[in-house]
Amino acid sequence: MTVRIQAASFDLGAEVQGFAAKQTEAGAVVNFTGIVRNTAAGDLDRMEIEHYPGMTEIALAGIDAKATQRWSLKDSLIIHRFGTLRPGDMIMMVATASPHRVDAFEAAQYLMDYLKSRAPFWKKEFTTDGAEWVEAKPIDEKALTRWQ
Amino acid sequence: MIDVLYFAWVRERIGLPKEQVETTAATVADLVAELELREERYAAAFEDISALRVAVDQELCDFDTPLAGVREVAFFPPMTGG
Repeated sequence: MTVRIQAASFDLGAEVQGFAAKQTEAGAVVNFTGIVRNTAAGDLDRMEIEHYPGMTEIALAGIDAKATQRWSLKDSLIIHRFGTLRPGDMIMMVATASPHRVDAFEAAQYLMDYLKSRAPFWKKEFTTDGAEWVEAKPIDEKALTRWQ
Repeated sequence: MIDVLYFAWVRERIGLPKEQVETTAATVADLVAELELREERYAAAFEDISALRVAVDQELCDFDTPLAGVREVAFFPPMTGG
């Protein structure tokens, strides 16, 4: 398991390639990548992501440990950026490796669901109308109930 | 002495990211009650506690969590990662 919290961008192809190449017991690798979505009006100038250094790593390691208990997860990689991002920029990625694909898919979804509402990140959107903190959506909280 | 941290709009309303607080509060809720009495900006930040989350020593907790032996308490809105 690897968790990286960074301001810098990352090379998605190289990360997934490197992750897949080092697996010795897996037969399936799943990757999810989150990118900065523009507003419906298309006026997003930038997004600023704040996080809680220290707790972020602990929270992600905890989520990952639970996923490892639940599925046959051989390895995982989580990269999450903070700082200033523009529409289309990659925010984060998750990769999972398991012997068979169902575990890799489900574990990736689990990691994403928990990462969205249990990892200490906050997004602020800057548009031509001003700045606003992104509010947590009830649907994201509800997504966790399927794993309980 | 406890390190109290604020994130996102809680940080903006209070006007600082971190401060040391001398307190005898028994629980997180007691600490919130103390902070609210300080100044209007604190009252504004803690106006609706249901809109806030709290971490005690970097772990998500409830507001009735005891503060004995605690080094760090953080207040923030619901998280929006991913």
